[in-house]
Amino acid sequence: MAKKKQHTPKPGSGVTRRGFLGSVGAGAAAVATGVTSRSEAVPEITDPEEMVQTALKINGRLHRLLVEPRWTLLFVLRERLGITGTKAACERGECGSCTVLIDDRPRYACLTLALEAEGSEITTIEGLLEGEELGEVQQAFVEHDAFQCGYCTPGQIVAAEGLLRTNPAPTENEILHGMSGNLCRCGAYQHIVNAVTHAGENRKDGGGS
Amino acid sequence: MLPKFSHVRPDSLRKALSFLDENEARIHGGGTDLIGCLRDRIFTTETVVSLSAINELRGIEPTADGGLRLGATATIAEIAENPTVVAGYGALADAAGVVASPQLRNQGTIAGNLCQKPRCWYYRGDFNCLRKGGEICYAYEGENQQHCIFGGDTCFIVHPSDTAPALAAHGAVCRVSSPSASRSVAVEALHVPPSVDPRRETVLEDDEIITEILIPKPPAGLRASYRKVRDRASWDFALAGVALALVFDGDTVASARVFLSGAAPVPWRAVGVEKAIIGTELDNATIDAAALATVDGAEPLAKNGYKIELFKGLMTEQLEAIRS
Ligand SMILES: Cc1cc2nc3c(=O)[nH]c(=O)nc-3n(C[C@H](O)[C@H](O)[C@H](O)COP(=O)(O)OP(=O)(O)OC[C@H]3O[C@@H](n4cnc5c(N)ncnc54)[C@H](O)[C@@H]3O)c2cc1C
Ligand code: SF4
Ligand code: FES
Ligand code: FES
Repeated sequence: MAKKKQHTPKPGSGVTRRGFLGSVGAGAAAVATGVTSRSEAVPEITDPEEMVQTALKINGRLHRLLVEPRWTLLFVLRERLGITGTKAACERGECGSCTVLIDDRPRYACLTLALEAEGSEITTIEGLLEGEELGEVQQAFVEHDAFQCGYCTPGQIVAAEGLLRTNPAPTENEILHGMSGNLCRCGAYQHIVNAVTHAGENRKDGGGS
Repeated sequence: MLPKFSHVRPDSLRKALSFLDENEARIHGGGTDLIGCLRDRIFTTETVVSLSAINELRGIEPTADGGLRLGATATIAEIAENPTVVAGYGALADAAGVVASPQLRNQGTIAGNLCQKPRCWYYRGDFNCLRKGGEICYAYEGENQQHCIFGGDTCFIVHPSDTAPALAAHGAVCRVSSPSASRSVAVEALHVPPSVDPRRETVLEDDEIITEILIPKPPAGLRASYRKVRDRASWDFALAGVALALVFDGDTVASARVFLSGAAPVPWRAVGVEKAIIGTELDNATIDAAALATVDGAEPLAKNGYKIELFKGLMTEQLEAIRS
């Protein structure tokens, strides 16, 4: 089995987060699908000891980087790219703090291998800003006081955005069902429901983006 | 951090099978269960073979004989939202809608849901119990509130899937491929009870992939539903669940397939309930008899006796709901 060897720094070998963020190629032309050589007769197995090249499209920008096959999207976002709005908590798919949109659908970044996100559009909480302004769901969370400590909030907002993209006018029950993958240990649930209801109404009325 | 493994994401079933043939490998559907098991060191693997780039395993579409084909990697959310599923396969639609959370339904695949590992807290924790290769079952004399009341034998898990009992009630069949052959396995025969082997969950070999799940055409007069009871209103696994697929001739139950979740290490066919209701109009006396039949022969453990009343009540409510 031919294996592509990459000689690259191991994690923690002196590349700082912010430095690494600066070094990844911005605005490259197209997402290079099939870095694991899907076009070849026999696809390549990535060596567990080696880093492999991948390209992740995050908030509209293409990031080329080297990853270990075992790295999750959550780890890559936070620890390799410095995109830290996405929060880590349980890392077992139980709390929702790591929620990101993958091709418009909310998913847990802690249970998604970075290599599995290749070829998809990844949206994090940072990607919901409208320029320098808060996005409409973010604004609704502020207006409705929909958080206390704020730790679950990025995940809640991204989950709400995903819900509203498929169902712009959810009923209260649909909100409870659609947001049930996000826990809030501060118990801000009622305010979260109010915020999502309001953001949905804005969107329906063309008030938002 | 997960233990090290290599990763491959082939674009055809043939290539995926060739990797299973040559390597110590695990299949990755959506990865929601696999990644969790690897993180908790339930097992390790040299290679992860991902099915996510294989087009031929995707999709939900009608079959020539009026049934439905679910590609192995169709997501739980795609199934829950599919109009044909909602219109024709009520138990599956109900079940898919209550699996885990929205995020997990968006990622988890139907084949992965059928093949997921048990949720017994000893198995998921640091205990080398019988199922993990050790000598004893810790749940038997330990914390067994969520464990089984039927079919325990040596290991007392409940099968965690909501879609398995629903698909079994609809009479679904898995198509399975290995590097050398392919075969069909009925969903109701997919899971292995501890009396046969407490260390495996399914009859599949390591080099076999579920490629699709075929559900027969819904018979005229079919009414089907699934409901589970959980510890809380938000996402959780079933403490008790009932999948019904009843075919009515007018008001009379002409045939019935009834499966329980939260009851046994495999989706549990409630043959006694089927016998009690076939040929009846589900009058109150019949429903009372069916509720008793649901738990006939149950062997609750020290801490899960509540499941007896839970199952009786749930069966009563589900039969009352489906007759009207
Ligand atoms: C917090 C949490 C809550 C959950 N709650 C529920 C619940 O309420 N109800 C419920 O039913 N489930 C529940 N689940 C389980 C979840 O639904 C499953 O993890 C998911 O459906 C598995 O699908 P997947 O594609 O991600 O599987 P993967 O993780 O990819 O695979 C699971 C297993 O199946 C094998 N496999 C995958 N695809 C195939 C194939 N095509 N052929 C052969 N083997 C294959 C894999 O090797 C692996 O062993 C929960 C999970 C979590 C993490
Ligand atoms: S019930 Fe099964 S999985 Fe749980 S401790 Fe006993 S043997 Fe292990
Ligand atoms: S950190 Fe991913 S769900 Fe909790
Ligand atoms: S605001 Fe504190 S966890 Fe939700």
